[in-house]
Amino acid sequence: MPVSVALWSVAVLIVVALATPILLRRSAAATPVVYGVAAVVALVLFATAVAALLGGTDISGEVVLPLGLPWVGAHFRIDPLSAFFLLVIDLGAAAASLYALGYGAHEEHPERVLPFYPAFLAGMNLVILAADAFSFLVSWEFMSLASWALVMAHHHEPENRRAGYVYLVMASFGTLMLLLAFGLMAGADGVYGFAEMRHRVHAEWLPGLVLVLALLGAGSKAGLVPLHVWLPLAHPAAPSHVSALMSGVMTKVAVYGFVRIVFDLVGDPAWWWGALVMALGALTAVLGVLHAILERDLKRLLAYSTVENIGIVFIGLGLALAFRTNEMAGPAALAVTAALFHALNHSLFKGLMFFGAGAVLGATGERDIEKLGGLIHRLPVTAVMMLGGAMAISALPPLNGFVSEWMLFQAILLSPDLPQWALKFMVPAVGAALAFSAALAGACFVRAYGVAFLGRPRSPAAAKAGEVDGFSRVAMGLLLALCLLAGIVPGLVIDALSSVAVLVVGHDMPPQPLFPSLSIVPVSESRSSYSGMLVFVFILSSSAIAAWAIHRFASRTLRRAPAWDCGFPDASPMTQYAADSFAMPIRRVFGPVAFRSHIERRMPPPGDPAPAELKVVKHDLSWEILYAPIAGRVSRLGERLNTLQFLSIRSYLTLVFAALVGLLVVVAIWA
Amino acid sequence: MGRFALDLAHMLAGGMVLVSFMLLYQNRMFGLLNVFALHAVVLSASVAWQAHVQAAPHLYVTAAIALLLKAIVIPVALRRMVIRLGIHRSIETVGGIGLTMLMGIALVALSMMVMLQAAAEADPLAREDVALALSVILLGLLMMVTRYNAVSQIVGFMSLENGLILAAAGAKGMPLVVEISVAFSVLVAFIVIGVFLFRIRERFDSVDTHALDDYREGRQ
Repeated sequence: MPVSVALWSVAVLIVVALATPILLRRSAAATPVVYGVAAVVALVLFATAVAALLGGTDISGEVVLPLGLPWVGAHFRIDPLSAFFLLVIDLGAAAASLYALGYGAHEEHPERVLPFYPAFLAGMNLVILAADAFSFLVSWEFMSLASWALVMAHHHEPENRRAGYVYLVMASFGTLMLLLAFGLMAGADGVYGFAEMRHRVHAEWLPGLVLVLALLGAGSKAGLVPLHVWLPLAHPAAPSHVSALMSGVMTKVAVYGFVRIVFDLVGDPAWWWGALVMALGALTAVLGVLHAILERDLKRLLAYSTVENIGIVFIGLGLALAFRTNEMAGPAALAVTAALFHALNHSLFKGLMFFGAGAVLGATGERDIEKLGGLIHRLPVTAVMMLGGAMAISALPPLNGFVSEWMLFQAILLSPDLPQWALKFMVPAVGAALAFSAALAGACFVRAYGVAFLGRPRSPAAAKAGEVDGFSRVAMGLLLALCLLAGIVPGLVIDALSSVAVLVVGHDMPPQPLFPSLSIVPVSESRSSYSGMLVFVFILSSSAIAAWAIHRFASRTLRRAPAWDCGFPDASPMTQYAADSFAMPIRRVFGPVAFRSHIERRMPPPGDPAPAELKVVKHDLSWEILYAPIAGRVSRLGERLNTLQFLSIRSYLTLVFAALVGLLVVVAIWA
Repeated sequence: MGRFALDLAHMLAGGMVLVSFMLLYQNRMFGLLNVFALHAVVLSASVAWQAHVQAAPHLYVTAAIALLLKAIVIPVALRRMVIRLGIHRSIETVGGIGLTMLMGIALVALSMMVMLQAAAEADPLAREDVALALSVILLGLLMMVTRYNAVSQIVGFMSLENGLILAAAGAKGMPLVVEISVAFSVLVAFIVIGVFLFRIRERFDSVDTHALDDYREGRQ
């Protein structure tokens, strides 16, 4: 039974996590052993998930372990939805473990990373496998804590400690919200198993409240604006393979939690649910990409891009909710398939990009793209991989990012059939936001890739960089190949997702024809179709012909001469086009609104030889409007409550007594 | 039998509430200990009557434990302790007896309201027994809150325990294990607090818990 295989694999991961401290003391080969075992286990889990997903619904069996709450036990099962997310997680985990075989060897403190890595993988898998609220929440918190330990791996830097603190607070908040959501769904009689919870009849007001709580709980883990503040701090703080896992995979666990609660457990949605989820998704996508395009830190840029992609996934989910409310099963299936497809895609290319960022960081010791440059000559393989990843994440055909976003647009184009006028007006606006963020994402990665890999090195570190090890290159190559594969034959993925769509919205997309030309047809042949293969062949052949023609007819006649030196007469690399310059127009247009950004100029008075200064001041509005006041109030309240530490014994007794009497009075009045 | 059994059980449980009120206004150490012994005797009688009514012989054991430990051993030990500490002459000021008594009356009313409503369908014997037991518990807590002296706080705590045992005896089918464990917990608490008292005394020359607070404030 797949679920037992999965549970045994998780058990192996936990044993490895527990045995790592001993292993570290006894042998020098702890790093390859831990990552090797993690990679093998992740592959086993991946194979299990694929078998479960393709096997349809009849493979699922439930395993009840005598753990957790005594009268409930711990339930685990695999249904198509969990099989799909299991696949996403363990594909990412296998790639990250493979990458870490090479990358992890440079770790200065392996004892801070190795024990928590398998524990983190185990936690994520358990969240997906759990089939009752208690095991779900315990696994969720276990996953959060393991990833927190990994974020704190390099805790000597104060920045990382702050990131860890903010992450811990946000993770606890998220778990609390999920706890409340499950508590509401379980009701007074405490129905914790998902199977029974699904069939409960709820009060009128309850499902809406559960949606809000799920948005707060899962959204804080996924990085929905304005709950995203921890994400760009915590994801880059971890070692790169863990960043890849947190960004590419753990956010998908959050998406899974949201889909499980809102689509599966709580019951029929109201029409405003879709609007709310879509609006948040659109806001997240736009703000995420605006942050990303202004960011100079490569890993933080990728983290902001994760925020954007999560926004895209949530737009798809919101659209699916809106269609499902109105019993438009076909479009709902299209929207949800697009959202889940994008989740898979994001885990592939975000993993790839973080691996590349880790390679750059390992080779140069720099995360600031303004200090990189010309890496395409020093790290040729990594550069090609990163280029592929950047193309995929910018949604360029024939790679996979394009397919899912295109499908999402197809779903958006079906929105005029929605009966509610609010949705009719809103969905095109959301579509515009999606288009806007897709375009900016393209600009963002042109900037990141162009400044880091093209041109000339801007620092000695970048000039002396060397290519990374074989494991890292293989891991990146594997993910790039999968990006290409999912882009060229998306029909396979869509067909594999059909059982998930049936579970989630009760309908699936029509089976995609493999022949002729591997095209996908989301709605009908007359409306739209896309063939990744055709585009791929066209791009390949046209660029081959162009390259051949240029080399045949143009290169031979080229002569090198210094004349104006191609507009590049100064040898200083600082004269190159910089990342900030690239982002300047976008900052000018959107900065004053999105970040209240402005420029502070300081001109020295005449006669003063000091240099003039130009500084861009940027505000993180969600932090300043939402978090800073809350934090201030909490600390003020905490200071005031401090006096409670120094009362007399009798006063404590009085407090207990007063509380007891108060509660009894409440009971007396209530009854 | 039924009517009479109920009435007598009521009278005994009510007697405990009454003795709890008596505890509240005692302002001398020995008087307090005597009333506490009386409290335990009434508890023992009440539990024994419950044993008879419910035909539950194990409750006789509980009654015997209550009589032996709480009516004899503990008061005697406390009396010795008081003499050894040299506080048998001290008169404890109970801040505003009238107010304390009024609060006690309000607490009894509250526990009646809560229990009679919450357990409206329960067996009347058990229900009113539990209601009175809750009153005893609340009065014990009130005593702990309104006294400064550690010995009186111990007595308040143990009268609270008496209330717990009364509640346990009133509910049918409560196994003996529970009551024995409650009795032992009281004993342990008594020993611990006794040791604690000597410690306080060694250190501060007083058993007034104010001394402890002064010490802690000094450390800030």
